[in-house]
Amino acid sequence: MSDKLDKDDVTGVETTGHEWDGIKELNNPLPRWWVWVWLLTIVWSIGYYFVYPSWPTLSGYLQGSADWSSRGEVAKELDQLRQMQAQYRTAMEGKTLAEIKADASLMDFAYRGGQSAFGLFCSQCHGRGAEGAVGIANLNDDYWIWGGTLEEIQTTIQHGVRDENDFDSRYAMMPAFVKDGILDQAQAKEVASYVMAMSDRSIRASQEGATLYQEQCATCHGERGEGLKEMGGPRLNDAIWLYQGGVEAVYQQIVSPKHGMMPAWGSRLDPVTIKQLAIYVHSLGGGEN
Amino acid sequence: MTVFAADNTLAPKDEYQDGVVRAATIATVFWGIVGFSVGLLIALQLAFPALNFDLPWTSFGRLRPLHTSAVIFAFGGNALLATSFYSLMRTCRTGLASEKAAWFVFWGYQLFIVMAALGYVLGITQGKEYAEPEWYVDLWLTIVWVVYLVLYIATLKQRKEPHIYVSNWFYLAFIATVAVLHLVNNAAVPVEITSAKSYIVHAGVQDALIQWWYAHNAVGFFLTAGFLGMMYYFVPKQTGRPVYSYRLSIVHFWSLIFLYIWAGPHHLLYTALPDWVQTLGMTFSIMLWMPSWGGMINGVMTLSGVWHKLRTDPILWFMISALAFYGMSTFEGPMMSIKAVNALSHYTDWTIGHVHSGALGWVGFISFGAIYYLVPRLWGAKRMYSVALIRWHFWIATIGIVLYIVAMWVSGIMEGLMWREYDELGFLVYSFIETVEAKHPYYLIRALGGLLYVLGSLIMAYNLIMTAKGKERNESIPEDAMIKAA
Repeated sequence: MSDKLDKDDVTGVETTGHEWDGIKELNNPLPRWWVWVWLLTIVWSIGYYFVYPSWPTLSGYLQGSADWSSRGEVAKELDQLRQMQAQYRTAMEGKTLAEIKADASLMDFAYRGGQSAFGLFCSQCHGRGAEGAVGIANLNDDYWIWGGTLEEIQTTIQHGVRDENDFDSRYAMMPAFVKDGILDQAQAKEVASYVMAMSDRSIRASQEGATLYQEQCATCHGERGEGLKEMGGPRLNDAIWLYQGGVEAVYQQIVSPKHGMMPAWGSRLDPVTIKQLAIYVHSLGGGEN
Repeated sequence: MTVFAADNTLAPKDEYQDGVVRAATIATVFWGIVGFSVGLLIALQLAFPALNFDLPWTSFGRLRPLHTSAVIFAFGGNALLATSFYSLMRTCRTGLASEKAAWFVFWGYQLFIVMAALGYVLGITQGKEYAEPEWYVDLWLTIVWVVYLVLYIATLKQRKEPHIYVSNWFYLAFIATVAVLHLVNNAAVPVEITSAKSYIVHAGVQDALIQWWYAHNAVGFFLTAGFLGMMYYFVPKQTGRPVYSYRLSIVHFWSLIFLYIWAGPHHLLYTALPDWVQTLGMTFSIMLWMPSWGGMINGVMTLSGVWHKLRTDPILWFMISALAFYGMSTFEGPMMSIKAVNALSHYTDWTIGHVHSGALGWVGFISFGAIYYLVPRLWGAKRMYSVALIRWHFWIATIGIVLYIVAMWVSGIMEGLMWREYDELGFLVYSFIETVEAKHPYYLIRALGGLLYVLGSLIMAYNLIMTAKGKERNESIPEDAMIKAA
């Protein structure tokens, strides 16, 4: 290529004199605004280094004049949060659940805190509306396996259900009647029909089913299937079912029962949050006095 | 008006080994359609989880890396292979140093793609973003890549031009840097020589930093530098105009290369990464803004003198829109690296939107532009089968991108705001599942955007096949859509 001055016909700008596959290059200067904005970002960055943690040194790093750290920032924000709630939390700590419920402003705080905590920790299993699912209790109705007073709910949340890590966890284990050879399949079918007949009049139950029920089931579920909270035996004479109703589902449960598990939240949440949750769940509609 | 760049007047045309370019072009279109379609499927999976089909092989977790790798490495990688070989030969006025090596790179790379994809579907993964393939795939890619690098340098050395054209700087930076990134990030020890499983030698936050140094520069050198190389050849060729500023190309090349490599820590803001590293990552990202824009300015200003061509040439629409999307995402990126912005945007759909404005808008559109330029020339056609179909492709795909990005902006910012919303008593207002529920309509819009993008690519494939067959649709063709005889 020649070093002779070559000009672009269209713009009149000089080219560099190079050409590749017909492509030339104009010798336009760097756009002024481009250079200035770039310099500005560099100056801004250098300024930033004086304020915030930046370059490494032999023994650490430049801390910057703001004495800022991301951990410090989180700690500050959490502290602000704590201060916002401090008066209510202190008041809640010293009061029983009934006392909190009687105090309108504390009750409001507890309810809203419980609602928020429920969304964060409980809704994953119990559902956003606490409606439950197969094997997971519905918390809106007025039937409670482990009791529905404020204190009972608090205990369930605190210690969980069948949580092996908590010594005081709610615990009940129904035997696998058929699998363990206590009943045979025909007997289990009779019992299942009897159990379903307690709440469904269209189902006919046999005397054998009734007898077997009294022998094998009544100790935990009650003579009339009314459920025994102390034993953790769910009520059977209503139409509320943890593992779906129907003779077949009840039969399967007698053959080899499923057991749910709820973690003990006492090891993960502070006592005030657990109180909030108890009050919130209690208020969902089925709370007992 | 003088058209500056007549085709290959100086070129020893029979020396050029265009067979491998044709093969890579076909692979680009094929993998593009595969990658876009898998993207559409996983977008629908997010809206309708039943589409996971309850099978491990079709679950979102396995198909997502299949999508990202298919579009970045299979579609993008083949587009870079095709265009880098094509422009390297022309700007050096020489054939490739070894045609055998070029074919080895092509087939070796396809084998890499197939091995990686099979691994994902079967659940074999390192779990590192954009570096999911296990050690045996990594080793194979290393061999292929080194041959690519050596072939590229050897061809440059036998050039018949005194200087090296700017597109080749960018391609070379892409090939060399990706080699380094790949080797360092994938350093791993297999559990056994017969086992697909390996452990990365780095650990903890250092592994995280190396991973994001890698992934960020996969964006920087694969998706930015490589495609800038493409832009620097095909925009001047398609416009028939000289590059706007030689000086700008030098300054923005070196500053881009130097600054990009330090910006990785901005992917780890507010994590266990020490604060000072976060600061440096953020500031280098901000200083990177103008060097990135240098490429956009040089590309867009190359149209000076021929702006009127934008009225008639839809291939230029693709190229100029690609540059616009490039400019937008290289502004958005530095902005999102600012800690205060990142605190809101991180982990949200905003990031997904950002990536796709770059991927669909910049990488996709500049590649489509280059492919429309290449195919009639590679298959000896006088023009594209249909210019009208290029227009249809452009508008359908553009509407698709806009739907996609806007949906993700709205969804991402909404999600970020919901996560951090406290009431006046200091309680979190929303549970996580509520944020997921709120995003549902935006997931539908996003999937619609993706569907349009796939449709556009199918129109392109049809148009290209007809062109390669030598067919010409009976329609009025603007004069500059005719290929000038070589």
